[in-house]
Amino acid sequence: MKDLWDLFRVFAQIGALTFGGGYAMLPIIQEEIVNKRGWATDEEILDYYAIGQSTPGIIAVNTATFIGYKRKGIIGAIVATLGMIFPSIVIITIIAVFFDQFENYQIVQHAFAGIRVAVAALILNAIVTMWQKAVKDYIGIIIFLVSFFVVAFLDVSPIWVVIISFIVGIIIKHKKVDSK
Amino acid sequence: MIYIKLFFTFFKIGLFAIGGGLATIPFLQELVDKYGWITSHELLDIIAISESTPGPIGINAATYVGYKTGGVFGGIIATLGIVTPSVIIITLIASYFGKVHEKPVVQHGFYALRPAVIGLIGAAGFEVFKIALFNLDLFFQTNSFLSLFNFKAIILFGIIMLLMKRFKMHPVVYIGIAALVGIIFKY
Repeated sequence: MKDLWDLFRVFAQIGALTFGGGYAMLPIIQEEIVNKRGWATDEEILDYYAIGQSTPGIIAVNTATFIGYKRKGIIGAIVATLGMIFPSIVIITIIAVFFDQFENYQIVQHAFAGIRVAVAALILNAIVTMWQKAVKDYIGIIIFLVSFFVVAFLDVSPIWVVIISFIVGIIIKHKKVDSK
Repeated sequence: MIYIKLFFTFFKIGLFAIGGGLATIPFLQELVDKYGWITSHELLDIIAISESTPGPIGINAATYVGYKTGGVFGGIIATLGIVTPSVIIITLIASYFGKVHEKPVVQHGFYALRPAVIGLIGAAGFEVFKIALFNLDLFFQTNSFLSLFNFKAIILFGIIMLLMKRFKMHPVVYIGIAALVGIIFKY
């Protein structure tokens, strides 16, 4: 019981103290999980991250599930995940309740009109950063353009883009391996 | 039952949003178009709030959309929905498959999936741009080309992009700056 409580508490703490998921969480996960508690090694954490990135779902949650499972099986996986999402549920619910009451104030509307511009910039910045890492050749550019076009203008569901592009990747790479 | 619908909709998002961070946004955009649970303005506010509060962005956004749609309980259900696929898939991988990211079939799939995900985020970004930087409604009313551009917003956008290139600060800093500019210059 104490082990499960520890899992919950540690991941709740990580969830409450990091802004933004993914790699923003890596240093604190290393500190809490590897250095302080020895629940995993640095190499294991990096593996969990790599796996978390190449599997569906939110990377931070995938990593929490992994560590929870390694410690205490399926119950551990569930408890670690619940710990990770607990602070978000509490904090966001409180903010949402307040925001509902204040959103019609003039000053809040001005602030959020400005904030929306920042969000546009953050998204463009994320796209540029991801592009530099992931688009390596003209095939990548074509896939990007097709994906953008069908979702932005033809209202195709992103789900289809994910499934079809994954299959396309396997086919293209498979042919390349064959032709070598 | 709204709760069952919330759970399964977010379950689907958890199953298909791959690549972390902003990867959930295209799917949330789809909620705006398909179900009308939130407006596109609200989605932008939710992204901003999710980036400026502790916790993973996808989780924060799920809680927020769930709350908007079904109150406090809706927020909890949506969040549980988005993480359930992770728990199932990661448990399976941990017990049977090991280092999936090193398997050729996964690497091959991701070769095309990564650019496609950028395209998805680009499409969601396109909607964000329309709202944040342009006045489409005003343009269709007046038919004047100049009224299409929200110049105040475009200037702020340029400044923030420059700041981001120059200083790699946390997103919450830029969101804070933009909020202040918005208040002072009455955006």
